[in-house]
Amino acid sequence: MSNDLHALKLDFMKKVIILGAGTSGTMMANHLLGKLKKDEWSIDIIDERKEHHYQPGYLFLPFDIYTPENIIKPITAFLPASASFINEGIEKIIGEQNQVLLKNGNTINYDILIIATGAKIAPEEIEGMKGAQWHKSVFDFYTYEGALQLRNKLREWEGGKLVVHITEMPIKCPVAPLEFAFLADSFFKEKNMRNKVDITYVTPLSGAFTKPKATDALEHLLVEKNIHIISDFAIERIDNESKVMKDYGGKEIPFDILVTVPTNKGDALMERSGLGDELNFVPTHKGTLQSNRFQNIFVIGDATNIPASKAGSVAHFEAEILTENILHFIKGEALSEEFDGHANCFIETGGNKALLIDFNYKQEPVEGTFPFAGIGPLSLLKESRINHWGKLAFRWIYWNMLLKGIPIPFVGAKMQQAGKKINNN
Amino acid sequence: MEKTIAGKNITVNEEGYLTDFTQWNKSVGEEIAKENSIELTQRHWDIIDYIQNEVKKDSPLSIRKIGKSGVVDIKEFYALFPNAPLKTATKIAGVPKPASCI
Repeated sequence: MSNDLHALKLDFMKKVIILGAGTSGTMMANHLLGKLKKDEWSIDIIDERKEHHYQPGYLFLPFDIYTPENIIKPITAFLPASASFINEGIEKIIGEQNQVLLKNGNTINYDILIIATGAKIAPEEIEGMKGAQWHKSVFDFYTYEGALQLRNKLREWEGGKLVVHITEMPIKCPVAPLEFAFLADSFFKEKNMRNKVDITYVTPLSGAFTKPKATDALEHLLVEKNIHIISDFAIERIDNESKVMKDYGGKEIPFDILVTVPTNKGDALMERSGLGDELNFVPTHKGTLQSNRFQNIFVIGDATNIPASKAGSVAHFEAEILTENILHFIKGEALSEEFDGHANCFIETGGNKALLIDFNYKQEPVEGTFPFAGIGPLSLLKESRINHWGKLAFRWIYWNMLLKGIPIPFVGAKMQQAGKKINNN
Repeated sequence: MEKTIAGKNITVNEEGYLTDFTQWNKSVGEEIAKENSIELTQRHWDIIDYIQNEVKKDSPLSIRKIGKSGVVDIKEFYALFPNAPLKTATKIAGVPKPASCI
């Protein structure tokens, strides 16, 4: 082909831009590449980072269960070779002009935009959280740095008051702080110092979790493990000198180590682009995953405001639905695939056991078997060793199947009711 | 389930939230407030009005959002509806418990 012809051909090429090369963005690139016609569509994926972090691994880092090498790999190792990776910051989305402005001043036009920029912690939202004690006695484990600092602290800590805390909802992986409390119980038991550690779980919710049946099961486990729970705690500020957490209602909680999940927010890019809500999450249709503002902008994963859990499993199910809907959109058809809010989460409970919960917008987590009704081998909402091995195996599945868009056998995008003890009363 | 509030038969869920907003009126709100040891003042009503308007618009509620609403700051919201202000205020306002917590 001559250069002129090549240029002409490029003019006819249409472009999908994916913002963010995390779990959702990487999955979408892999899904779409196999489905879009290569001589008609090109895919750009933009991210300022070079590394892909397996975020569920942050939970295990503080307890020396995982090493940094287990959870960090290069972004490009998981992207299809024919997608172009643009390693640059994003300044603004200009939806009216179908353009993305990069930090380096370049603009790129798109036909379809997929926002997959995720959620981040914002400790600066609470007075005193990012104060003198930040990463000294006040820690997060939702960043690599936070999890690593906490690991170093726990290695030499001699005991005292450990407070595990959620600032406000929504947060990524809503069960992670509970898992942290359970794993801490096991960790100190193994170090023969559990009697020197007082563990308290503090939440703005009315109970341990957001759904009634799972809350009952999880509160039972908290009691069994001698972890105190303080609910309905709405943090106002942290006093760094006295190491006390205070709430608007006047409650005070002293700590020696505070492990908090700070406010989670969407990317500040959404604020700059006028596309976010008050927490920079993007208003999105909860079924089709199309943005409420622009028909050719779609949103996936933690970046949306939909009432589903912010978790990798949710993003995985959404990716299958969104791929189909983007193909419908290209053909000018109705977006007929509906995401049902399906989430599937392992909950580590310590002592090499775990729970599994499987639920969606309408169906709360209940007991049962998964993925085969009556057989399992995994059990729902009940502790078992095999669930724990499932959770550990998931890291392999994540790197080798999930990111590459390879379907996970027997686990569909839509939740199945078979195998669940559903009480319809 | 059915419950008699301010002399009216009202349908509520197991947590005491009204399931049908058309059954709500100011005396119903006042009586639910009393059950929660709250005597309603004009400041309470300002917030209840705001909450009812937001729910009408299908706009999800959160404590953060109420704090940024310009109607009340979070400190005063807690002073007016102690302990769990959003849950108490929505119950009094006759609207569903906010589903902001996933």
